[in-house]
Amino acid sequence: MTMHNVGRPTAPATTDATAVASTFTGNRGLAIEEPLLFEVGRLDVTGVDFDDVGAFEPRLGGLGRTAPVDLPGLTEPETMRHYVRLSRQNYAIDLGLYPLGSCTMKHNPRLNEAMARLPGFGDVHPLQPLSTVSGAVELVAELGRWLLELTGMASVAMSPKAGAHGEMCGMATIKAAIADRGEARDVVLVPESAHGTNPATAAQLGFRVVGVPARADGTVDPEEVKKRLGLEVAAIMLTNPNTCGLFERDIVEIAEAVHAAGAYFYADGANFNAIVGKVRPGDLGVDAMHINLHKTFSTPHGGGGPGAGPVVLSDRLAPYAPVPFVRFDKDGSAEFVETRKAAGERGLKPFGRITAFHGQMGMFVRALAYMLSHGADGLRQASEDAVLAANYVKACLKDVMTVAFPERPAMHEVLFDDHFLEGTGVTTLDFAKAMIDEGYHPMTMYFPLVVHGALLIEPTESESKASLDQFIGTLRHLAEKAKAGDAAAFKAAPYLAPRRRVDETLAARQPKLSYQS
Amino acid sequence: MTKYYTEEHEWIAVTGNVATLGITDYAQAQLGDVVFVEVPTVGRKVKKGEETAVVESVKAASEVYSPVTGTVIETNAPLADSPITVNEDPEGAGWFCRIEMSDLAELEVLMDEAAYKTFVEGL
Repeated sequence: MTMHNVGRPTAPATTDATAVASTFTGNRGLAIEEPLLFEVGRLDVTGVDFDDVGAFEPRLGGLGRTAPVDLPGLTEPETMRHYVRLSRQNYAIDLGLYPLGSCTMKHNPRLNEAMARLPGFGDVHPLQPLSTVSGAVELVAELGRWLLELTGMASVAMSPKAGAHGEMCGMATIKAAIADRGEARDVVLVPESAHGTNPATAAQLGFRVVGVPARADGTVDPEEVKKRLGLEVAAIMLTNPNTCGLFERDIVEIAEAVHAAGAYFYADGANFNAIVGKVRPGDLGVDAMHINLHKTFSTPHGGGGPGAGPVVLSDRLAPYAPVPFVRFDKDGSAEFVETRKAAGERGLKPFGRITAFHGQMGMFVRALAYMLSHGADGLRQASEDAVLAANYVKACLKDVMTVAFPERPAMHEVLFDDHFLEGTGVTTLDFAKAMIDEGYHPMTMYFPLVVHGALLIEPTESESKASLDQFIGTLRHLAEKAKAGDAAAFKAAPYLAPRRRVDETLAARQPKLSYQS
Repeated sequence: MTKYYTEEHEWIAVTGNVATLGITDYAQAQLGDVVFVEVPTVGRKVKKGEETAVVESVKAASEVYSPVTGTVIETNAPLADSPITVNEDPEGAGWFCRIEMSDLAELEVLMDEAAYKTFVEGL
């Protein structure tokens, strides 16, 4: 026979696969330890081959830069590798389940991306003559119609550019309506479980914020709201479903009490993904609600941006919506109203303008593409699946972890507290760090503040059962490991991440916000 | 000097009609590492129960309520650069401000050290 003995071995050698080697480079296999750009490049070189400019007379009137710019010089491959390596260290919804509660890390169908890049949408300029962008304007109007249909509201302001921007727009509308009534109401009621942006928005607009305590079951007590209502109350800001992942069942009673006291009802629509096609906020007595087009109709929260936060308004608030807007006539025709003067001629009193132009066109396209491709039934099913996934996680883990509000069905997210870790020496933070070693981005932790050591899980509608089962299996394993007394293993986690534990306290106390060599 | 405590874990040390305000050792332990402190401006009038200072830890921001009504006459300026003092010496160098009280009767409903200790043990 011919002895070809130079081939490489094709079966794995029997080695201890769990041994963690320390490496010469600091890299871990093909996970590259990446320094800062400033450490890769040098200040005295450039990656671009410019001709020598020679002597010339600057015409900057003495305003020219005299000190060096201090930007590192890099070659094209160095620059490219730096960013590609960083991107490989990033965790993304496109890599795996991203259970960040209160964030709705939503899968972004690629169809939406294709639509948003169509030249007629992707390349329009806000200062183009209206006659050249009628298709884009029609799309904005069509999306507005869908939002009104889904929310049962009278009017929509499309221009706000994010959730909190939408809050600002909705509350500014309420402020304008109250001023128009000649009243001086300056108090806004905000429940304890609210998103932090709610009190911040109210305070930013000059309102005084008064808190409303939560009931033992995690929801808002209408009696506590009624106690605080009065002539000085302008509005209540309520999130439904709330941040504990619970539907506020007394919302109609709260809305009626708020209206009877002459105040307005602002709903935070951040969790609208749980109820699209099931409940119309307009039927609940809502006066204003922002809708995160991202999180609800495409793209994850913080998923590379931009966001968009259109605000739907009741009849009572509609006249005060900011310009520009698309106005619908009874016969279904639409008209683009761009200035306060034009709005005034139509008997409207816009509070002003909240952004320079018309809003986030790219997000408008993505949201409408999402709606049209899902259809009304598909939108409803997405909500049902999101709620089902959260309740599946809850049902599978309730015996090893503690559900914060076990009697109530969860909505789109399920909230656990840290009672199941009591006596183990493991904290919510340790538990989350151990999840990183298992290949999961941790859930939202220590929020909402109304339960101790919160773990807030929102799986979203797009995870398969197999994906959910693996996630549930991981959490069961970790919970059992913690209860078995293996606290030391948790305290040192994560073992396998590019960075272990970082000193968050030091970073907060002495932040370094710019590079110094 | 007499020391009084609240159920919201503030303490005041009273000498004459001046109250020095801070948070208790139990409170700092619950908050974790304090990374930022905001104290009121001198001259500000505060009402009993009103937000008077803000303590921020890595976990969350918490409000500190004044247990008494009065005027802020002095603040602990070094805290801004050294929030760690609230963790290290909450009932001493970690004080926030001194308030000239306008209603000494408000002290009657506050707890003394023994009562607060019992209160904390029950939590």
